[in-house]
Amino acid sequence: MADPTPAIHNPDYPIPEELRNNIAITTLDRIYNWSRAKSVWPMLFGLACCAIEMIATAAARYDPSRFGMEVMRPSPRQCDLMIVSGTVTKKMVPQIVRLYNQMAEPRYVLAMGACASGGGPFKEGYNVVDGIDKFLPVDVYVPGCPPTPQALLHGFITLHEKIESQSITTVPWYRKGESEAIPVPILGPDLIDLRQASLINYMSTQTPEPPQPAAAAEEPVAG
Amino acid sequence: MYGVGILKGLGITLKHFVDTYVDDFKWGIRRYTSDEGFTARQGLETEGLFTVQYPEEKIAVPERFRFVPFLVVNDQDHATEPDADWCTSCGICAKVCPPQCIWIIRSTDPDTGRPVPQPKDFFIDIDICMNCGFCAEFCPFDAIKMDHDYELSDYDRTSTHIYNHAKLAKPLSYWQMIAPSRAEQERLSREADEAAKAARKRK
Amino acid sequence: MTDTTSETVHSATDLLFEKFGDAIQADDREGYEGVIVSSDQLVDVAQSIRDDLGYNLLTNLSYVDYLADDFFEVVYHAYRVPAGGPPLTFRARTPRNEAILPSLTGVWPSADFQEREAWDLMGIRFAGHPNLKRILTWEGFEGHPMRKDWREPFYEEDNKPFKTRWPGGEVDRAEMRVPYGMNVQYPAGFTVDGYSPEGDAALYAGLAVPESASGIGVQQIKTDQLVVNLGPQHPSTHGVFRMTVTLDGETITRLEPVMGYLHRNHEQIGERNTYLMNMPYTDRLDYISSMANNMAYAITVEKMLGQEVPYRAELLRVLMVELTRIVNHYWAIGFLLNDLGAFFTPSLYAILERELVLDLFEATTGSRMMCNYMRFGGVAYDLPPYIGGPAVKPGDRARELDTLQFLNDLVFERLPRSLDELDRLLTTNEVIITRCKGVGVLPADVAIAYGATGPVLRASGVPYDLRRADPYSIYNDLDFDVAVRYNGDTYDRYLIRMDEVRQSLRILQQVVPMLKETAGEDYWAGKRPYNVRVPVGEHYGHHENPKGELGFHIVSDGTANPYRYHIRAPSFINITPLEEMCRGSKIADAIIILGSIDIVLGELDR
Ligand code: SF4
Ligand code: SF4
Ligand code: SF4
Repeated sequence: MADPTPAIHNPDYPIPEELRNNIAITTLDRIYNWSRAKSVWPMLFGLACCAIEMIATAAARYDPSRFGMEVMRPSPRQCDLMIVSGTVTKKMVPQIVRLYNQMAEPRYVLAMGACASGGGPFKEGYNVVDGIDKFLPVDVYVPGCPPTPQALLHGFITLHEKIESQSITTVPWYRKGESEAIPVPILGPDLIDLRQASLINYMSTQTPEPPQPAAAAEEPVAG
Repeated sequence: MYGVGILKGLGITLKHFVDTYVDDFKWGIRRYTSDEGFTARQGLETEGLFTVQYPEEKIAVPERFRFVPFLVVNDQDHATEPDADWCTSCGICAKVCPPQCIWIIRSTDPDTGRPVPQPKDFFIDIDICMNCGFCAEFCPFDAIKMDHDYELSDYDRTSTHIYNHAKLAKPLSYWQMIAPSRAEQERLSREADEAAKAARKRK
Repeated sequence: MTDTTSETVHSATDLLFEKFGDAIQADDREGYEGVIVSSDQLVDVAQSIRDDLGYNLLTNLSYVDYLADDFFEVVYHAYRVPAGGPPLTFRARTPRNEAILPSLTGVWPSADFQEREAWDLMGIRFAGHPNLKRILTWEGFEGHPMRKDWREPFYEEDNKPFKTRWPGGEVDRAEMRVPYGMNVQYPAGFTVDGYSPEGDAALYAGLAVPESASGIGVQQIKTDQLVVNLGPQHPSTHGVFRMTVTLDGETITRLEPVMGYLHRNHEQIGERNTYLMNMPYTDRLDYISSMANNMAYAITVEKMLGQEVPYRAELLRVLMVELTRIVNHYWAIGFLLNDLGAFFTPSLYAILERELVLDLFEATTGSRMMCNYMRFGGVAYDLPPYIGGPAVKPGDRARELDTLQFLNDLVFERLPRSLDELDRLLTTNEVIITRCKGVGVLPADVAIAYGATGPVLRASGVPYDLRRADPYSIYNDLDFDVAVRYNGDTYDRYLIRMDEVRQSLRILQQVVPMLKETAGEDYWAGKRPYNVRVPVGEHYGHHENPKGELGFHIVSDGTANPYRYHIRAPSFINITPLEEMCRGSKIADAIIILGSIDIVLGELDR
C-alpha cells in the first residue's frame, strides 16, 4: 500500500492505534525542512530577459503561491532565495554580491537561464560575467534561454528537494562563528575579484604571452 | 462624484473573483480533470482563475517548441543500422549557431585519413545555447532538432552542462512522439527528394 | 512618393552647399548618402539644418571606426517632425589618435547620452559636452571597446563562424583559455595593491549641491538638499536602472540616470556575427517585444539587399508586430500601476491577456518570448494549424485550438473586451487621476529637442508615427489613425497606450480576414541562405516599435559580417528628457514618470 500519510509525519516509530488521529510524530529535520521548503521567499529583483519570465511565473497562470513563494521581498534581509534571473554584467555584480551578503542564512541562490548559469549567448562580451557561480555558491541551475515558467517551477521543486535533504545537524548556519562574507568585487580597469588579488599582482610581473591555442585547455567531461 | 471610479474598479476585481466560482459551478470537477475543461480554462474563454497546477498538470508544449537541441539517431530496433547517426558532420549547424556553442569533431577513416560523413563527437554547451533553433532550421539532413524537455534543473553545471554526443543522441521515434506532424512532413519531403534524385539518376 | 521625398533631401543639401560652401562635401562613396561636414563648422551646420531646413529631430548618432583609413566617423540622422519623410544624413570625421568633435548637445539635447556613448565605447571626445562621462561601462574602465583594434578577454576571431568549431571541434570553455579563469583582462603591469577605484566620485560630484547664487554657501544656511540613490536593485525601476536624485525636501532639483548595468555588448557581438545570427540577438533587445525588433532588423537588411517580401509574409509580420504592441502596452500599463502602488492586480490582468497572445507566439515560432521569427525575405514559419501540443510528459495536458478561430476570437472579442475592462478598471480611477494628471509634463518642443519618439512623443501632441511618417511594409494600405494626446503628462502617456492598443486592434481586424484569404501562399521568398552577403554601403533603417523608434544603422563592407552594427534604442533616447520631466516633482513622482516612459533595460543598455 502506498503511504497515505504525508511525508512529514512518517517516523520510524510505531504510534498506538488509538492515538493515530491525535498524534503526529516526526523528526526535527523533517518538520524543520518541511516548514522551510514551503515558505521560501524569493527576492524581488530581475536582471534581464529571464526576469520577464520570472514575473510571468509569479503571475496568475503559474502562481508560485502554491509553493509558498508568492511573497517576493525587495529587501534582501527578508528573503531566503535569490533568483539570479538574467545576464550578470560586470557593472552589476558588485551589487549582487552585496545583496547576497545582506541576506540572512539560510539562503539559496537559483541561477535562472543560460546567462546566469554560464554566461549565455552574451558570454563573449567584454562586460559579461560568465556565470554567477564565479562569485556566489549556486544551489540550482535552470537551463534555458529563457527557461519557460514551467521550467522555472521545476527549478523551484528541485530546490525544495535540496532543502528537504539537508539536516539540521550539518547545515552550516548553526556552526559556531560568523559565516564569511564574500568580498565585493571592485570595478577597476576590469572587474577585480579580490580573491584573485595575488594572482593579478603576480601576472603584472609577467611579460604578456601570446594567447594559448584553444585546444590546449582541459576537456570537460560531458555527462 | 469622487470615488465612483474606485468603486467601479473594485467591482471588476470582485467580478474576477466570482467568475472562478461561476466557472466551477458550470464545469464542476471536469474543469480540473477533463481535457476540455483544461482547454476552456487555458483558452480564450477563460474567466476567473486560470492557474495551471504544475507539476500535476502541465501545458503541453507545441510541436515547434524550442529548448536545447538534440541529435536524431536511428531507433534501436532499426532493421539495418540501429543507433546510426543521421548527422553527416557537414558543419552547417556549427556555422549558423549565433553564439557558436556547437563543437563537432568529424570522423576520419583510420586507414585513408579521409573524412567520413559522421561525427566522432558532438558537443553543445547549453550554458551558451540561446535556443534559437537555427541549427535545426538549417540542417540539411533533419539530423538536429529542438528538444521539448524543459525540466533540466540540476545542482551542478561544470560536469553536466556540456552535452556530448551520448547525451544529445535521441532516437527518431522520440522526435516522432514529440512532434508527430512535423516528423511526418519531413519524412514525406525526404521521400520526395529521394524519388526526385532517383528519377534524375535514371535519366 | 519616395521620389518626391528624396528630392526634398537633395534640395536641402543643395541649400547647405550654398550656405557653407567648402565646409560641406558630398559623400561619394558607393552605397553611402548624405554629406560630410568639416568638424570646425559642425555646430553651425547643425544649427542651420535644424532651423533653416526644419530637420528638428536628431534621431540617431552613430559612430564608425574606419581603421584602415585611420579616422572615426560620427553619423547623424535628422528627421522632420511631424512632417515625416526620409532622414538627412550628415557626418563628421576625426583622426583616430586625437578624436575630438564639437558637441551638438547645444543644438539637440538628444545628442547628450548618445555622445556619451560614443565617448565611452569609441573614445571620441565631444568638446563642449556638459557631462562627458562613461555611460555604459564605468569610470576607470580600460579602453574603448567598440574600436576595431580593441580585444575582449574571450576574443577568438574577428568574425564568426569560428574555425575551431568544425571539423576539429575540441570543446572547451572560454574561461579555460584565460589566466584568471574568468572573463577579465588587465592592462600590463596592473596591480591591485595601491589601486583605488574611481567609483561614483564623479557622479556625486556632478550632483553636489551648488553654492547658491547669492554667494551664501549652502553649508552656512543649512538647507535640506540631499542626494538619494535609487537602484539598480529597486523594485520599481523596471530592471537594473539606477537614478541618483538631488532633493530639496521632497522636491527633485537634479536627477541623473545611471545605466549600463545590463550592458551586454550587443553591438560588439553583432559585428562579430553574420547578418542572420543577429536576428535572435535582436530578440533580446526589447525582450517584451521581440517580434517588433525582428521586424526592424529584417526591414533594414532587406533594404540593403534589395530583397522583396511576399504579401503573406507582410501580413504575418504586421499581425505579429501589432500583437506585440498590444502586449507591450498592456505590460507597460500594468507596471505603471505597480509603480503607483496598485501592486500587481492590474498587472495580473494584463499578464493574463499577454499569456494568451504568447500561446500564439509559442505555437507559431517555438518560443514564448524570444521569437526569432523573421528572416530576410519573409518569416520563418507559417501559422500553425492549431495552438497547443501533443501530450508527451506525465501530466501534460494537450490543447487543440484552431489557429484562425483563435485569432478571430482574439482580435474581435477577447482583446477588445479586456481592453474595455482595463479601461473601466483604471481610466476613471480617482487615485490614478490625482497621481498622474499634470505630473511629469513634457511639452512638445522639449520632447522633440530631446529626441523622444513613440508614445512619449505622441502623448505630447506630436502626431509622429513611422508607420505613417516613413511608411514601410503594408501599413500604407491599412486603415488606422495615429493616436495623439496633447497634455504630455503621465496620464496622457497612459491614455495614449490605451489608444494605440485600440488602433492596433483596428489593424488586426483588417489583417486577420486577409490572412484567411491568403492561406497557403508563400511566406518566405528567395533561396533562404544562411550566409547572406550585403552589398557595400550604409543604411539606417527604422521601425515604429511599441516603445518608440527602433533603428539599425548598418555599415557593410561586402562581407558576410556587418562592419558596423549600431542600434538606436528607443528606451535609451526616451530616457534623455527624464531630468526635464522630473525636475520640480516630488520624489514619489519620479517613479511613475519613469514608469510612464516605459523603458526596458535590454535595449537601454544593449
Ligand atoms: S538566458 Fe537568455 S533569456 Fe535569459 S537573460 Fe540570458 S539571454 Fe536573456
Ligand atoms: S547541420 Fe545537421 S548534418 Fe550537418 S553537422 Fe549539423 S547536425 Fe550534422
Ligand atoms: S539552438 Fe541556436 S544557439 Fe542553440 S545550438 Fe542551435 S543554433 Fe546554437
